[in-house]
Amino acid sequence: MPAGDLWMAYRMRWKRRRFLFRIWRKRRQITPVQDRTVLIKPDMILCFVTLRNEMARLPHFLQHYRKLGISHFLIVDNGSDDGTAAYLAAQKDVSLWSTQHSYRLARFGMDWLGWLQWQHGHRHWCLTVDADELLTFPYADSRDLGDLTRHLDARGIMSFGAIMLDMYPKGPIAEVRHDPTKDPLDALAWFDAANYREKIHPVYQNLWIQGGVRDRVFFTARPERAPTLSKVPLVRWHWRHVYVSSTHQMLPRRLNHVFDRADDRRVTGVLLHTKFLPDIMSKSQEELTRRQHFENSSLYADYHQQLAQGPDLWCLQSQRYTGWAQLAALGLMSQGDWDQDDAI
Amino acid sequence: MTLGIVMLVHTAFDRAEQMIRHWADAGCPVVVHVDRHVAQETHDAFVTAVADLADVSFSRRYRGEWGMWGLIAASQAASRQLLDRYPQIQHVYLASGACLPLRPVNELKTYLAARPDTDFIESVTTGDVQWTVGGLDRERFTLRFPFSWKRQRRLFDGYVRLQRLLRVRRRIPPGITPHLGSQWWCLTRQTLTAILNDPRRAAFDTYFRQVWIPDECYYQTLARLHTRRLESRSLTLAKFDFQGKPHIFYDDHAELLARSGCFVARKIWPQADALFHRFPSGSQADLEPHTGTIDRIFAQAVDRRTSGRRGLYMQSRFPFMERENGFTAAPYTVLQGFDAIIPDLTSWVTAQTGVVAHGHLFATDKAHFAGGAAVYRGGLSDNAHLRDYNPKMFLTNLVWNGRDRHQCFQFGPADNQAIKWMLARDAHASVWVVTGGWAVSLFCSGKPASAVRSEAARLQQVESRFISALQSPDARSRRHIMTLAEFLGSPVDVLQAIVDDMAGHRATALAQAPVMVNLDGFAVFLQDLKNQGMHPYLAGDFAPVGKVKSLQSQPRKAYVMGKK
Repeated sequence: MPAGDLWMAYRMRWKRRRFLFRIWRKRRQITPVQDRTVLIKPDMILCFVTLRNEMARLPHFLQHYRKLGISHFLIVDNGSDDGTAAYLAAQKDVSLWSTQHSYRLARFGMDWLGWLQWQHGHRHWCLTVDADELLTFPYADSRDLGDLTRHLDARGIMSFGAIMLDMYPKGPIAEVRHDPTKDPLDALAWFDAANYREKIHPVYQNLWIQGGVRDRVFFTARPERAPTLSKVPLVRWHWRHVYVSSTHQMLPRRLNHVFDRADDRRVTGVLLHTKFLPDIMSKSQEELTRRQHFENSSLYADYHQQLAQGPDLWCLQSQRYTGWAQLAALGLMSQGDWDQDDAI
Repeated sequence: MTLGIVMLVHTAFDRAEQMIRHWADAGCPVVVHVDRHVAQETHDAFVTAVADLADVSFSRRYRGEWGMWGLIAASQAASRQLLDRYPQIQHVYLASGACLPLRPVNELKTYLAARPDTDFIESVTTGDVQWTVGGLDRERFTLRFPFSWKRQRRLFDGYVRLQRLLRVRRRIPPGITPHLGSQWWCLTRQTLTAILNDPRRAAFDTYFRQVWIPDECYYQTLARLHTRRLESRSLTLAKFDFQGKPHIFYDDHAELLARSGCFVARKIWPQADALFHRFPSGSQADLEPHTGTIDRIFAQAVDRRTSGRRGLYMQSRFPFMERENGFTAAPYTVLQGFDAIIPDLTSWVTAQTGVVAHGHLFATDKAHFAGGAAVYRGGLSDNAHLRDYNPKMFLTNLVWNGRDRHQCFQFGPADNQAIKWMLARDAHASVWVVTGGWAVSLFCSGKPASAVRSEAARLQQVESRFISALQSPDARSRRHIMTLAEFLGSPVDVLQAIVDDMAGHRATALAQAPVMVNLDGFAVFLQDLKNQGMHPYLAGDFAPVGKVKSLQSQPRKAYVMGKK
């Protein structure tokens, strides 16, 4: 290994330790509301979420992930006032913490979740998602996360990559009608199929993907500021692991290597992003004053102002979502070598 | 009772128990071999679980590591036990705990009863095998392999290299011809007994002990010595990928498995509850096992994995751009300079060939998509900022999205040049350049030579850099470069060649020549530029004063059938 790489590895190691210290320092920012973590058994797949005012999505969110095989949800509620907390506290497989501290200063919730992962995630497969992200992966209709993680275990793979796919309605967002118990994808059935650009992140070595509908509509003037879409949501956790920026990047860096440079052997998934439900308008309005999202909130003022109007994101080239097989055929995700056995 | 089962088990004991019960319920005696690495308490619990079955027994335990002798020792001991205890058995089936019977055992019994003398074991000579791993085929039998490929890879590889270096060759015991095949077989009592009781068995065992992966060749070779009638195929459906690793069957493969007509399949994902629930399913009594469909489906998957989907950049695959054969998914055509001379080029090209003809995709104001669309396929935006943020990815996305049709676009020195090296190196690009085409645009702008002098110098410089990229040693695109003067010498021939190239040599003679700009006075314009101190050398040689051959085709005379 050249000296430069060694030096970088050393710096990253210290960076990771600083993050761990920061997580430890902020551990008292969250207070337990309903702690059911005694129910956690070895081999359970855990789901970690930070959220705020998500009643429009939660019923279907929990239903979706229970079906995929999540056994326990560890959720941090960041000051909801729409009944989210009470709803969650009543769920038998949810442990709930609450906080009123700044989401942005807690690295967008990663410090809070980091402390929960540190305590409860060790050796578990941990899924870290937002309440508006619905994971899908190859064969998701017939296989679950248990099958997927056993496949990854058999390969000795510790992390699973997924791209965020922004789903949007046909017609103005303002006109969407949505029932919280129903699948939001009924209303948000459309997506951009192939306007994504990839490059390798020079420091964290993850594949940095931008593009999609937000890039096409909101960030044409400043594409470098467009939201990052690549994520590493599912990880075989070790207490020493940390997320760096949302779930886009991790340390140690090898966990970011969820792609293949020669063949197509890595199975990957898609996070269907249900952000563009009508509540995005009030949330964007709130965000303009609260300024809790994105590193440099002032840059995004335009974006939130446009969103608050409930714009129409649909265009003639939009694709209608039909299922995982479509996403695999389009090359948004891959079956990789799932179906073959390494263990012989 | 004519069929006995030898079952090798090392994991997923609940499934194994289910399988044992399945065979036993159909009246087949089962001898189970449990790997010696399995913990004693697990083993004991397993034995207790099937204790109620009378015809199930356990054989001496060996350590069965993949590719090593233990698996043979295990199946020998279990077969011996089975044959000794159940003299009425006619066929012995070797199965594993991860095998799933797809059809009722009675159908298998009927099938075997109709073929009492036939051994079903895949057995082919090394010369005919395509699927061996690691480049070892003949050498499996002529080198020694005392080290484990899985645990001691470096020793394994080193020892192979050493033997090759020293040219060590083992002698294959006389009288046998090495054969390879699937390790899951179904042999007749007569053949199996002959193998186990062979007077030379000690010598054979000593030899095969150090052959690589003996379970793929021991029975396959020795069965050839004793068989009365051998069918070289396995009754167990097993698919292997290009690395020699078996495919695993999940719930979603149910239809595929049902159609195969095979009796037993492996390996089954232990959690594939629907498969275990559905199979075995009957009522296909006289169906011959065939694996054609499965072969085809898996061959496609293998193809995709070995080469990826070329020209697709995605989250699971990000090839090194420079190392790839082509950056893009499909051939496309780049035209530089032609649209200056033929203003209506895109619609003319589309009319002639049916390809998708874009305008200047890399123009500084925006990407000019075919038909003036603001968003092209896949959601590709015409915004110049977005495009210029990652121009290479813009082009690969464009070609990928439109790969079902040939695409062509205009390029020029006034455009963003960021993709010039890509156009030079991409083997899928067919680049046609008329150098000095920009001079025609400047001429048509109507401005005097003195006003456009610096712009002309800039464009010429940019174009010459593009040309040198195209002419660099590592350029791999198909390049056709001509000067403006050369093109004007025989425009129709060049256009015919372009159209043929795009249409894949299917094009017929041009139905109609395109309308070109009027170049009266162009030579004078060039001379003016020279007089201003700017030498437009890329345009080629024009007679200084003589009239440029008019490109505006002469008004056609009704009785002339065409000059060319």
